[in-house]
Amino acid sequence: MNKESAIHIEKSNSKITLGFWLYLMTDCILFASLFATYAVLKSGTAGGPNGEDLFDIWFVLGETLLLLTSSFTCGLAILSSQNRNVKQVIIWLVVTALLGAAFLGMELSEFGHLIAEGNSWQRSGFLSAFFTLVGTHGLHITVGLLWIITMIYRLYSRGLTPSTLRKLMMLSLFWHFLDVIWIFIFTIVYMIGVL
Amino acid sequence: MAQPIKEAPTDQVHLKGYIIGFISSIVLTTVAFLMVNDHLTSHHSQFPHALLIPLLAGLALIQFVVQMVFFLHLGTERRPRWKFLVFWFMLLVVLILVVGSLWIMDNLNYNMMMSPEETRVYMHEHQGF
Repeated sequence: MNKESAIHIEKSNSKITLGFWLYLMTDCILFASLFATYAVLKSGTAGGPNGEDLFDIWFVLGETLLLLTSSFTCGLAILSSQNRNVKQVIIWLVVTALLGAAFLGMELSEFGHLIAEGNSWQRSGFLSAFFTLVGTHGLHITVGLLWIITMIYRLYSRGLTPSTLRKLMMLSLFWHFLDVIWIFIFTIVYMIGVL
Repeated sequence: MAQPIKEAPTDQVHLKGYIIGFISSIVLTTVAFLMVNDHLTSHHSQFPHALLIPLLAGLALIQFVVQMVFFLHLGTERRPRWKFLVFWFMLLVVLILVVGSLWIMDNLNYNMMMSPEETRVYMHEHQGF
């Protein structure tokens, strides 16, 4: 590859990642509106249970550490891709996906418990807002997991081409972004919620 | 002699940055958690709410900056810094959205200081309201 075409690829890459960045920023605004809804409806428990009655903070700490570690291992996958080590990239992506799946499993089991005890989104305004906010994050995690799986397949079949490298970079941005959103769910919904 | 291509690999990331981001995120999360846990196990006597809530918000904001810088590499791009610009615009919109919603709804609650029962009676007497 000569220098001119390398620069050309780089320029179009930076345009594509900027486009993806714009998507992430608008997703932040989506989450901001859900956080605002939650903050407004937080005290609207309609005589039902509030955060202190429902949330187990040790469980939430476990979820948080799982997601944080998966964010870190996703970063390690990017580092391996810089060293052009496709095998290592795949290993770190598998680790990331497993941690993410464990996180999602914990979240679903929390939802399952709440619903089984009669505290579903139908119980109160507070719980509607809670399920919408945390559920939207969980949906993003699900999409992220599917993306990681297709990424692993792509890396396995095509290796580290400029195209897969670019997609890998966007995937890592998405996954780190989900952890950033979780900081605020952890703090606003759970930590401040149980006070 | 061929010069080393200056603009070659962009967005080089380093292990050190990820480790710093990871460890400080764990520390910030754990500190927030321990404060809340202390508060709960001491039956709400340790740390008053007025102190604890701003502290938790502060820790979350620090962790936000840490992860944006070390995981999402905010601010490392070369000029023109479009990502950085869009990021600040996003923060502005988020601020207006969140502060505005809370402000309006708080005013609404203040102006409609009625119990649900009173609200029901009021709505009944003012049909079509």
